[in-house]
Amino acid sequence: MSESIRDKVAVVGVGCCKFGENWDRSREDMIVDAVYEAYEDAGIEDAPRQIDAVFCGAVYPRDGSSEVAEALKLFGKPISMVSDYCHTGTDAFRFGAFSVAAGVYDTVLVVGFDKPKDRGVSGPSINFDRVRGLPSTPAGWFSLCAARYFETYGAGREDLARIAVKNHHNGTLAPKSMLKREITVEDALNARMISWPFGLYDCAAQSDGAAAAILTRASGARSFRDDPVLVKAVTIAVSEHPQRDPNFDFLGWKPTQYAAKAAYAMAGISDPFRELDVCQVHDCFTLTELLTYEDLGLCPRGSAREHIASGTFQIGGELPVNTDGGLKTFGHPTGATGVRMIYENTLQLQGRAGPRQVPNARLALSHNIGGPPTTCGIAILGRD
Amino acid sequence: MSGIRAFGAYIPLTRLPLALISGRPAKDGGPEKAIASDDEDAITMAVAAAIDCLGSIDRDEVDAVLFASTSYPLREKQGAAVIAKALDLRREVHSADLSGSLRCGLTALEWAHDAVASGRARNVLVLASDCRMGAPRGALEANFGDAAAAFLVGAGDGIATLRGSQAISNEMQDLWRLEGEDFTHSWEDRFAIQEGYTPNMIEALRALFARSGLEPGQVSRAALFTPDARASASLLRPLGLKPEQLQDPLFGRVGNAGAAFAPLLLVAALEKARAGELLLVAGYGDGAHAMAFEVLPGIAQLPPRRGVAGHLDRRRPLRSYDAYLRGRRLDAREWPAGGDVGLSATIRFRERDADISFVGAACTACGLVHFPRPRVCYGCRAKDQWRPHRLSGSVGRVLSYTFDYFFPAAEPPTIMTITEVDGCRVNIQLVDVRAEDVRLDLPVEYVFRKIHDAGGKANYFWKARPVAQGEIA
Repeated sequence: MSESIRDKVAVVGVGCCKFGENWDRSREDMIVDAVYEAYEDAGIEDAPRQIDAVFCGAVYPRDGSSEVAEALKLFGKPISMVSDYCHTGTDAFRFGAFSVAAGVYDTVLVVGFDKPKDRGVSGPSINFDRVRGLPSTPAGWFSLCAARYFETYGAGREDLARIAVKNHHNGTLAPKSMLKREITVEDALNARMISWPFGLYDCAAQSDGAAAAILTRASGARSFRDDPVLVKAVTIAVSEHPQRDPNFDFLGWKPTQYAAKAAYAMAGISDPFRELDVCQVHDCFTLTELLTYEDLGLCPRGSAREHIASGTFQIGGELPVNTDGGLKTFGHPTGATGVRMIYENTLQLQGRAGPRQVPNARLALSHNIGGPPTTCGIAILGRD
Repeated sequence: MSGIRAFGAYIPLTRLPLALISGRPAKDGGPEKAIASDDEDAITMAVAAAIDCLGSIDRDEVDAVLFASTSYPLREKQGAAVIAKALDLRREVHSADLSGSLRCGLTALEWAHDAVASGRARNVLVLASDCRMGAPRGALEANFGDAAAAFLVGAGDGIATLRGSQAISNEMQDLWRLEGEDFTHSWEDRFAIQEGYTPNMIEALRALFARSGLEPGQVSRAALFTPDARASASLLRPLGLKPEQLQDPLFGRVGNAGAAFAPLLLVAALEKARAGELLLVAGYGDGAHAMAFEVLPGIAQLPPRRGVAGHLDRRRPLRSYDAYLRGRRLDAREWPAGGDVGLSATIRFRERDADISFVGAACTACGLVHFPRPRVCYGCRAKDQWRPHRLSGSVGRVLSYTFDYFFPAAEPPTIMTITEVDGCRVNIQLVDVRAEDVRLDLPVEYVFRKIHDAGGKANYFWKARPVAQGEIA
């Protein structure tokens, strides 16, 4: 049996730039904003001496790893670039954590970023480079479970709308979120249709942004901060393609189911709903968040609807989810998202989350799901 | 001996009520024309007619395919080769296009008989398909309709045998379309009919009677091309034919289907024909061409097919003229549709079995069907153990769907589904259905259609379409 990553690596600094349609901010601006905040958070004053390696995540990188080296003027270092759908940021974090756990490096920087708002379109790109599988948009991929899940469990667009309402509310409590506007269930139901059952408010806000984290060996963490956060688990899983898998049941997403099983084993979690205090999950679409409650084992299959109605996952509920507004309102610069979740969970575990703070949070999970979907990344952080 | 062994037809589901062209509301039962929807063209319609014609006939028996059309979208590159691949015909098939004249459909039908009679081919598939456009709101726009007809011509006794044929060639400029033009032009219609259509048709038909020894009184049904609803009736008296012998030209329901028009009317006549009857068919364009067929007893054994009658029954009228204009790319738009380079020719080449033939693979170890063919089996992880499995003729069912409002379409939303067919999942568009009628487990058949126009060319794949009530075997 291989050794677990648990408790070998600590997060000692996090940073995040303001997410949004950052028309007047370049990729360099956002990378520097996020990383220098993380430096300050970790008390790093001489980055070239203190940072041994950099792990970057970007789905639309421009100049590969050199873009980050140039922005930070960090030269002569090993810098890697991960680019793999929506779990990119979590995977960059995983590589960073593993390199520290392996004893190869003492302290590493993880930085995720993307800038989709220079493309000139507000919707998804339309692909014409093939004929099969078109139209092909993330909204279309993630809606695949809708019809059968709705029919099987009696859920509907109203349940999705309540998730959007929750995340819009939480976004108003996060200073760096993109959208800060409360909405109603009616607003969500009446918005223009994107890809049924997803109306405009069922879709995450595509935005620009960058987020960063400093990782070091757990044994030396207190030389940076006296409240370090420990990595309890970090894993990814790649599943069957849901559009081809002959056994797929259209009731939940396999990538999350696979990754959750592995992550809970690493972290020693047997009852996630009772043991976890706060979660950041990949709400690229409202239905994704709904299915993720069940795929993560936070509630039984088919019961998400009841928990949405009773407020289980709201701030103040039994297990708050997406306390900063999630992808829905904080924003979704793809490569940054996983690292932004690490940022939020670290603040929550250190009691620094302000009006959205979950009292006495000790164990926090973050989750990304990406592709058609086929990939999932999960990171679990804790204070004890 | 050579004869027609089987026939088929295709009329698009979509109909344009003629009232909409002039801005009036459409009335139930009012005149309309059949129009290819924005994912159809002469190629896809020919494929659909061919599938209707072939039924369960072994496709390896087809030695040649002749494709007749004046509106096939490419100037250089054969249409028949695309059709042969979509039908999954064997590599040795002889494929050829005929074009230029509205009577090229009948030319193909005669040459098919010649090829079979000479022993050069066992079976020749003849396809006539046209999707012509008149200028918006012009007279020809209301006149033209889109359709395709198919015949399988083979040796020996079939369902109808050729009793005579006569073509004449004539030079005049009554109808024409220059390279690169979207719309057909016409000289003044009375000139075109009085000096072109009427005398040429009479001359060809009289010559047919004279050469074959057949008498007008023997004719059960005359399937005559006609430039409008009335012109063919004016041929009857000079030829000694009676009105009840004339095959209904389907104006107000289909429209003038160009190269497919006379062949389509011959299919309609064959559908009602009984052994021993004599059928006439005549086409017009740069001269005229008349043929006579004697119906054989084999017609009683022909398996049921959709034909003209089946397609006339299934229709979906457009709700607005604008939807027609969008479908034909005749509306103003900021970017030309599919103006980018689009599909890689090398990828298209590698994936031709999947994309054009809709052929997947069955694992020879465990039997699980896959689309497209992978290297390693999903079911048993066997590597490279496949036999081809054609999905195009199978009935599938809808497992999942979404309505996409972003993909360019004349009538959004585009319906995207996962269907299960022969145990295999296929991510594919659903067409010819309104969004409110989509449901889980809906039975579907598969049709060859255009997906987009990237690179300025038609890029084909298959789509799912609901199986009509009562058609599920």
